[in-house]
Amino acid sequence: MDDLSDPERALVAVLQRGLPLVSHPYKEIGTRVGLTERQVIDCLSRWQADGMIRRLGVVVRHHELGYQANAMVVWDVPDEQVREVGRRLGEQQVVTLCYRRPRRLPDWPYNLFCMIHGQDRELVLQHLQSLIARCGLEDIIHEVLFSCRRFKQQGARCIEADRNDPLQVAKSLAIPGQA
Amino acid sequence: MTENLSDSLALDATDRCIINTLQTGLPICERPYAAAAEQLGITEEGLLSRLSGLRDQGFISRLGPMFHAEKLGGGLTLAAMQVPDDAYEKVSTQVNAYTEVAHNYRRNHIFNMWFVLATETPEEIENVLVSIAEETGYPVFNMPKQEEFFVGLKLEI
Repeated sequence: MDDLSDPERALVAVLQRGLPLVSHPYKEIGTRVGLTERQVIDCLSRWQADGMIRRLGVVVRHHELGYQANAMVVWDVPDEQVREVGRRLGEQQVVTLCYRRPRRLPDWPYNLFCMIHGQDRELVLQHLQSLIARCGLEDIIHEVLFSCRRFKQQGARCIEADRNDPLQVAKSLAIPGQA
Repeated sequence: MTENLSDSLALDATDRCIINTLQTGLPICERPYAAAAEQLGITEEGLLSRLSGLRDQGFISRLGPMFHAEKLGGGLTLAAMQVPDDAYEKVSTQVNAYTEVAHNYRRNHIFNMWFVLATETPEEIENVLVSIAEETGYPVFNMPKQEEFFVGLKLEI
């Protein structure tokens, strides 16, 4: 972030609100922050290449699209196996996110987290059972945490420019453990 | 539940195709919607009008980049709390009042409150967590990402 110029910072802030639905969206975005269409396109291409932008596209609302159940499945994997197990889990189509996180002993023994979305809880549990069989995870202790209620869902934001405009800002960060 | 979950929704095959294709990515070029529309076999105008409809109906929240928070210089973490049932409402109100709290989900576990914090700098994470613990009177467990194995963030519709 420190490496970004002022117009680039402004561009990030504007982009967090989403692209306009017009024929030349990058041109329109550019005029708001004092950059040409070409400069915006070059910025975006560079940011995508270096991973600052994970992906550029449609952000869906899971619940509204029928994915009513989301499970955070947490695993207590021996440290020497966690990387291999994480990789295997990450390859499964039903897994949307997979992260290693620290244990918080004695309260919390789990060090690997993954998310599974589905139409209902029963289907999510079926996905989980077949995933356990496919990945050979029968011996690894796990728990399934379903979400009961969504208390707050707003876009996470890092750029000060958006502070005064919370309603305009939607999900623009890749959120760990999101539902 | 039907075989195809979107059968029960007001989405036709083209809508589904648009969502599935554009979750993967919108081209970065002068007329990205025209390029995407060509790939989908529809017109640019048709794509724009469908996207606007999908947004108005609440199926998509936005179109645009998903930033990598850490590379952007910000702080990001997942935190968990154990909150007694009779205090849950009050504590969730306190926690959600922080602008840094992006998502807050109740889950069926003794750790029943799970929220994501996003801050402008990594250093602020600790301050916010301490502040939440002090204000609510319950410990906050910080569970930052140590390694990432997959971020697909894509659902087949």
